[in-house]
Amino acid sequence: MASNGIRDRVAIVGMGCTAFGEHWDKGVNDLLVDAANEALASAGVALSDIDAFWLGTLFSGQSGLTLSRPLKIDYKPVSRLENYCATGSEAFRNACYAVASGAYDVAMAIGVEKLKDSGVSGLPNIGAAGDGTKAPLTAPAMFSLLAPAYAKKFGVDDATLKEVMTRIAWKNHKNGALNPRAQFRKEVPKDTIACSPLVAGPLGIFDCSGVSDGSAAAIVVRAEDARRYTDTPLYVKALSFIAGPAAGPIDPDYDYTTFPEVVASAVDAYAQAGIKDPRAELAMAEVHDCFTPTELVLMEDLGFAARGTGWKEVLAGTFDLDGELAVNPDGGLKSFGHPIGASGLRMLFEAWLQLRGEAGKRQIASVARGRKLALTHNLGGAPGECVSFVGVVGSEPSG
Amino acid sequence: MHGIAAYGVYVPYWRLDRKAIAAALGAPSGSGTRAVASYDEDTTSLGVEAARAALRAAPGLRPEALYFATATPAYLDKTNATAIHAALGLDGSSLACDMVGSVRSGAGALRAALQGGGPTLVVLSDIRTGLPGGGDEREGGDGAAAFLCADDAREAPVVAEPVAFASATAEFLERWRLPGDAASRQWEERFGEHAYGPLGEAAVTDALKRAGVTAPAINHWIIAGPHARAGKRLAASVGAMKGTVADDLGATIGNTGTAHAGLLLANALDAAEPDQLVAVVSLADGCDVTIWRTTPALATRRPRAKVASQLAGGGQVSYPTFLTWRGFLRREPPRRPDPQAPEAPPAARAEAWKFAFTGSRCQACGTRHLPPQRVCVKCHAVDRMAPERLADVPATIATFTVDRLAYSLSPPVVAAVIDFEGGGRFQCELTDVDPAAVKIGDRVEMTFRRLLTAGGVHNYFWKARPLTGGK
Repeated sequence: MASNGIRDRVAIVGMGCTAFGEHWDKGVNDLLVDAANEALASAGVALSDIDAFWLGTLFSGQSGLTLSRPLKIDYKPVSRLENYCATGSEAFRNACYAVASGAYDVAMAIGVEKLKDSGVSGLPNIGAAGDGTKAPLTAPAMFSLLAPAYAKKFGVDDATLKEVMTRIAWKNHKNGALNPRAQFRKEVPKDTIACSPLVAGPLGIFDCSGVSDGSAAAIVVRAEDARRYTDTPLYVKALSFIAGPAAGPIDPDYDYTTFPEVVASAVDAYAQAGIKDPRAELAMAEVHDCFTPTELVLMEDLGFAARGTGWKEVLAGTFDLDGELAVNPDGGLKSFGHPIGASGLRMLFEAWLQLRGEAGKRQIASVARGRKLALTHNLGGAPGECVSFVGVVGSEPSG
Repeated sequence: MHGIAAYGVYVPYWRLDRKAIAAALGAPSGSGTRAVASYDEDTTSLGVEAARAALRAAPGLRPEALYFATATPAYLDKTNATAIHAALGLDGSSLACDMVGSVRSGAGALRAALQGGGPTLVVLSDIRTGLPGGGDEREGGDGAAAFLCADDAREAPVVAEPVAFASATAEFLERWRLPGDAASRQWEERFGEHAYGPLGEAAVTDALKRAGVTAPAINHWIIAGPHARAGKRLAASVGAMKGTVADDLGATIGNTGTAHAGLLLANALDAAEPDQLVAVVSLADGCDVTIWRTTPALATRRPRAKVASQLAGGGQVSYPTFLTWRGFLRREPPRRPDPQAPEAPPAARAEAWKFAFTGSRCQACGTRHLPPQRVCVKCHAVDRMAPERLADVPATIATFTVDRLAYSLSPPVVAAVIDFEGGGRFQCELTDVDPAAVKIGDRVEMTFRRLLTAGGVHNYFWKARPLTGGK
C-alpha cells in the first residue's frame, strides 16, 4: 500500500475562524460568510480568486449550495462532504489534493456547524433507527468506555484516573481562558471539574467538549505560489486519513485502551512528514479531546507518551502550554468548543497562529527556539469504530 | 391427547412492597410484595423468557404450533405470538397465534394445545395493574408460564398428563375493560362471589366424576382466578384434604392473571411426586378444571429455574418508579432527541438477529460475529458465514458505562461491551442491574426485552443481565 503524501507541495496562505460558542444571533449562513471573509482577507484575495471549494458539515446542510448560496459563489465547483467529527480535516485534505494535482490554483476548505439550534443536549441523532438493535448510547457514553478499560489494564485506580481526566480538562480550560475565540474563556478550578454532575461513566459535564456553533476556513495554493500571498505560509507536511473496519465492537481482541485508526494515521503522517520523534520535533499538537479520556489515550496513540504512561505524563504537566509538548494550546474541543464540521480547520487555525508567532498570550515558547512543526488530530466515530485524521504543517519547506 | 412435555416460568426481577403504596397514597395497606415487570418488559417479552425456560427443559422437541394467551397484549390487530416465535428461533413452518384479551384465554389456550397434532407450545403471560390505590394494582402481579405439550415419547416423556377436563360457562358482568383503557372495572365484589360459586362447584364436581376420583384423592389443588374471594370460597368447599390447596403466591408475586393458573401449576410440578393428581381450577368468566397426573419423568425434566427460586426477586422498585413504568406517572424527559422507532423493512431483514439473537460464524476461520456479517472481521472471507444463535450463551463484561444523558423510561442507561463464551463480542444495554455494582469481568446472560416504544412501534431486542445461575 502506498501513501506517498504531498509533503511541501501545498501551502496555507490564509485562514479564518469565527468565535465558537452559542451564536443565538447567527445562522449557518452568517457563520460561513464570517469565516470565509476572514480567510479571504487573511490571504489578500477576493472570492472570485478561489477556483474550487470544499465545505465540511455533518448536520448543518447538504450539497455545495449550503456554501454557494450565502457566499453567492458564481458557478464554481463546491463539494460538500462529511466524515463524522473529522469532517473539517477531511474538507482540508481534499482541497489540498485538488491543488496538488494541478486541477486548481487556489482552493478554499471551510467547515461549519450550527449545533445550538437543535434544542437538545449533546448531539442530534445521526440517521434512522434501522432495525433498532444498536445500543442507544450518547457520544460521552461511547467514549467513557475507555475509562474503566484503561484503568484496569494499566492498574490505575478510579480516583487517580479521575484526577488525570480532571487535569486534562483543567489544562484545556486554562489554555482556552487565554483565547478570545474560545467558547469557554475562563479557568475552572479542579474541584469544580471533578465534582461536576456525571454524564456517562466517570465523565462529568466538564469532561465533555463544548457543544457549539462556529466556522473556520483555510485557503490553499501550490507551495511554489505561496509567497505571492504571504511571507509566512504554512506548508502541508502530511495528511493522513484512516477509516477502520469498525471491528472494536465485534472483536474481543480490541481492548478499549487505544484507537488503532489513530495509531495507523499517526504512523502514516509521521512517515509522510519525515518525523522520527514527534514529542521532540513538534512545537504543538491540537488533538481531538472530545472527552477527557480521549485525550489521555491519544497521547499514547500519537506517540507522545509510551503505552500505559500517558496518565503519568498528564499529571506531570508534560502537555501543558509551557510543558515539553503543548497539547491543545487553544483550549481544544473542551474549551474552544466543537462545532463538528469546523473543528478540524479550527485546529489548523491554532497551528497557523502559533507557528507564525501570532498566538499572543498563548504563544508557545518552543516556536521561538526553532520548533517549526504542528500536528492536528481529528477523530470521528467512537472507540473501536472510528475515522482518524492526522496532519502536520510546518512554517518552512524542507531543505 | 398431549401431555406436558416441559414447562418453564418467568417471574420478573422487580418487587414492589405493598406498604409503599399505602405510604404514598394513604390507601389500604397490603402486606408482602408483588412482582413487577420492568420498564423494558411486556407480556410478549415475559412470554419469551418463560418459553425459553420450557424449551431448554426439552431439548430436541421442536414446537409445531405456538399459542400465546394474555389479557394485556402488546399489540392489537397484529399477532404477538409471531414475535415470541421469532425470539425462540422456531421453524417458519409452524403456526403462531394469539388467544388474547381476557384471563380465560389462558385456560383455553392450554386446553387447545392438549388436543393433539404436533408439539404445541402454550405461552401464558400477563402484566396486571390498575388505577393507583386500587386492588388490582395492589394484588396483581406480573409473570409468565409456558407449557410444551406433546405426546408421550421415549426421548421426550411427558411430566404430567391430563386425566379429565370440565368447564362451566355463563355470561355475567364481573370484570371488564374497554380496549385502550388503562385499568379494568369490577362490579361489586359480592356479586362476583355469588356468580362464581355455583360455576366452580359444577365444574369441579364434573371433573372429579370424569376422572373417576373423589376430592380427597387430589394431592394438589390449584385454584386461580382474578376474583380472590370467589377462589377462597371455592377452596373451602371442594372437599380438599388439609394442606393440599396450593399457596396462591399472593404474598410474593401477586395474581398474574392469565398466567396465574399456569404459574401455580408449574410451582406444584416443581415439588410434586410422580403419580400424583393435580387439580387446576381456573375461575375466569366461568370455570375450567383440568385434573393432571404426574409421571416418573417429572424428576428429570424440570426447568432449571424453579418457581420457588424466583419468588424473592432481585430488586425493590419504588412506588413512583412503578407508576412511571406502568404509564400512570408521566415524567419530564431528558432534553434529548425523541427516541426513534425501528423501521419495518430493516427489522424484517434482520429477523434472525433482532429477535432470535442469531449471529454468524465464519466457516473459514471460526470467528463469531454479532450482528451477523458477510465479510469476516478476522480473515476477510466473503460470504462464508453460517448462522449461530447466541441467546443462551453467557458472556463477560469487557468494559461498561452508565449513560445518564441517553433517553430511557428508567434512566440511567447501563451498557456494556460483552465477550461471549466461545467467541464473539457485542455492545448492548444491561438490565435488571444495579448501576453501581457493574464491574469488568462480571458474567452476564441475554434476555429478550422491549427496548422502547416510539411512534406506536415496540422495539424488541436483547439486553444482557447479570447471570442468574439457576434461571
